[in-house]
Amino acid sequence: MTITAHDAVDTILGASPGSTLDQLRRRRPVTRENTQASYLALFQPDGSGDVDLTERFAVAVFVGALHGNGEATAFYERGLKEAGADVSLHAAVLDAAASGAALGPYGDYRESGLKNESRPGLRWSVPPAIGTLVGPRLSAALEHAHLLVFRPRESSPAALTSLVQAGWSTTGIVTLSQLVAFLAYQLRVVSGLRLLAAALPAPATARDDNPADSQTVTAQTVRTGS
Amino acid sequence: MTDEVITYPTLNRPEAFTQDELGWRPWLEVPDANDLTERQHAGLVDRARAGSDYFRLLARDPDILGARTRTDKDIFYNTREGLPRADRELAAAATSRENGCVFCASVHARFASHHSDRHDDVQRLLDEGSAAELGPRWNAVVAAATALAQTPPRLNSAHIQALQNEGLDALELSDVIHGAAFFHWANRLMLSLGEPEQ
Repeated sequence: MTITAHDAVDTILGASPGSTLDQLRRRRPVTRENTQASYLALFQPDGSGDVDLTERFAVAVFVGALHGNGEATAFYERGLKEAGADVSLHAAVLDAAASGAALGPYGDYRESGLKNESRPGLRWSVPPAIGTLVGPRLSAALEHAHLLVFRPRESSPAALTSLVQAGWSTTGIVTLSQLVAFLAYQLRVVSGLRLLAAALPAPATARDDNPADSQTVTAQTVRTGS
Repeated sequence: MTDEVITYPTLNRPEAFTQDELGWRPWLEVPDANDLTERQHAGLVDRARAGSDYFRLLARDPDILGARTRTDKDIFYNTREGLPRADRELAAAATSRENGCVFCASVHARFASHHSDRHDDVQRLLDEGSAAELGPRWNAVVAAATALAQTPPRLNSAHIQALQNEGLDALELSDVIHGAAFFHWANRLMLSLGEPEQ
């Protein structure tokens, strides 16, 4: 792992040291460090395990775009390029996200007591032209990601069987599920914090020069040194 | 072959949201507790979590499990300052209710009830969903969590203002956001890797 990697949430938000969001996030250093450790475990893993880096970033670009988060999508697009994805794959993933756009959560409830809350919506599958470009394994991953993003209540053993049939191992399915689920968290942290930054007063500049405010310096050391 | 998907033809499944204790059955093969490596134990963080099928299944990828567990514990258990535990659990329950995770909602509705002593209000959230009338503070927490649960997210400045009107400061607002956001992670794992049973 790259121990000096810049914090992903800060990068997506464009949060600079000393900003309102920086100060707020430093009040929860364990959350901040482990949100970043989660990002690193998924996107700079010790060995790629059963899911290669191109697949990880391709799914992240897709999920970022489905959430309508342009900054996060651009962030993961940079990772996809660095992972060595060719231009046609990159474009195909963005096309896939455009064709899968929807408003969630929706889907049918299995539970009899919740049937009246079922809400129909797009059950997306990869368009054939895109499937040809990305191949069956990534196609299955994108379809599963779409299910988890928009209609997780419709999850089923059959959805996992589709992944197995496309070549996904049990451990690979766990990693893929963690990746999509983590992004559903991270993208909402980003959305929520961005709103908070707009709602809160800017930090007083005097604080930046206050030597008693050593917490920032300490947290910075921890973040880059661990 | 280890790449088997498991189904339960005769499971006694819950048919609505509940505060009762539920079980959870995995759809994928779970590593045996005796076969876990040290790295997998490190990912579980608490050794006792090796007793859970859910956590042992996630231990197939131990590094992300460990980071996720530490994130989870800090967001919910670090209450020396910031939002009271009951309100964090309410955000988790409301998110789970909106996403449709009956298992997660049961656990965190119980926690919200326990830490607030407001069992009937929590039950109203489970029965009626985000429109339930829970008083101004809880209404504001549920409204924010429900808006954040949309994809794309629909949380806006009016939701933040409503929470500020209830006296929440910056750290407490951040705690609402993190408590709600984290359950998007939990709900999607619980819903997609297995199912609840009564």
